[in-house]
Amino acid sequence: MIWILISVVLGVVMIAMAVIAIHNKKVTLSILSAGGVSLIASILYLLLAAPDVALTEAAIGSGLTTFIFFYALNKIKKYKHVEE
Amino acid sequence: MLRNSLLFILILGLAAIMFSVFMDYTPKEKLGPVAEHYAKHGKDEVGAANLVTAVVVTYRGLDTLGEVSILFLSAAIIGFFLKVRHNGNEEDPKIKRYSEILGTGAKLLVPIIVLLGVYVFINGHLTPGGGFQGGAIIASAFVLMLIALPRPKINHKVLSIVESMSGLSYVIIGLLGVLLGLGFLDNQILSLGTFGTILSAGTVPIIYILVGLKVGTELTGIIVNLKEIQNEE
Repeated sequence: MIWILISVVLGVVMIAMAVIAIHNKKVTLSILSAGGVSLIASILYLLLAAPDVALTEAAIGSGLTTFIFFYALNKIKKYKHVEE
Repeated sequence: MLRNSLLFILILGLAAIMFSVFMDYTPKEKLGPVAEHYAKHGKDEVGAANLVTAVVVTYRGLDTLGEVSILFLSAAIIGFFLKVRHNGNEEDPKIKRYSEILGTGAKLLVPIIVLLGVYVFINGHLTPGGGFQGGAIIASAFVLMLIALPRPKINHKVLSIVESMSGLSYVIIGLLGVLLGLGFLDNQILSLGTFGTILSAGTVPIIYILVGLKVGTELTGIIVNLKEIQNEE
């Protein structure tokens, strides 16, 4: 029972983070909350007895992807400055 | 307004479809025929304590080879489009500033994270995890190094040599199975060993070590390429 409760709470937080990632005007916050979605997804995978998938999701989804997004964002900002 | 209401109707329709699927759901009491075969005979045929690894590396070994080659292809495309120019003015004073706490923490943590990644892929046939997971963990250690230390020296040549050698050895191990008359990527070209020990399950640990090295170096290479174009125009 307690695990179902934890899963439901995590799922609600995950959906809230996904909404933030889509609707927030600040791109930095969007990227961070997209990483948070992956982090919570990996916890949920662990609760659903899939530790393999949880490891991949935690390392790639919330680690590497976030950094790739940040590098790309940095690059885009530089181009914006050049145009202005 | 019309567009929003149309979207709302669409979502309602989707919800109705999903609800009927949800109501019809009953958990399966027993495994399907293929899964039952894996569960019953996986221990004798593959000898891996982690059944997921037995399926991924042996029964579905060709799929894993495909995944590895897709990852290789994407890393190669990124390397092709992000042409990194190695010009002389690498003494950029901007990137010398870095947080002391982050740097010290990274120096402590990077070896430990790499060790964890190596543990995950060496024990891939015994505990949850495997080549992809271990490789991704190693790559995240290198990412930490890249963001925390002022100018980490990462040798592209070493990365590409390790990557291509491990990919080549993976295919050679697969072809050895054909030469010995067992089938492509069959794991029984080495003895299965004692069930549950580290030297068991035939070629599965070797393949996972190779996959781990390959995935780790590939993801690290992608991140290093992205990092090196940051200071360009």
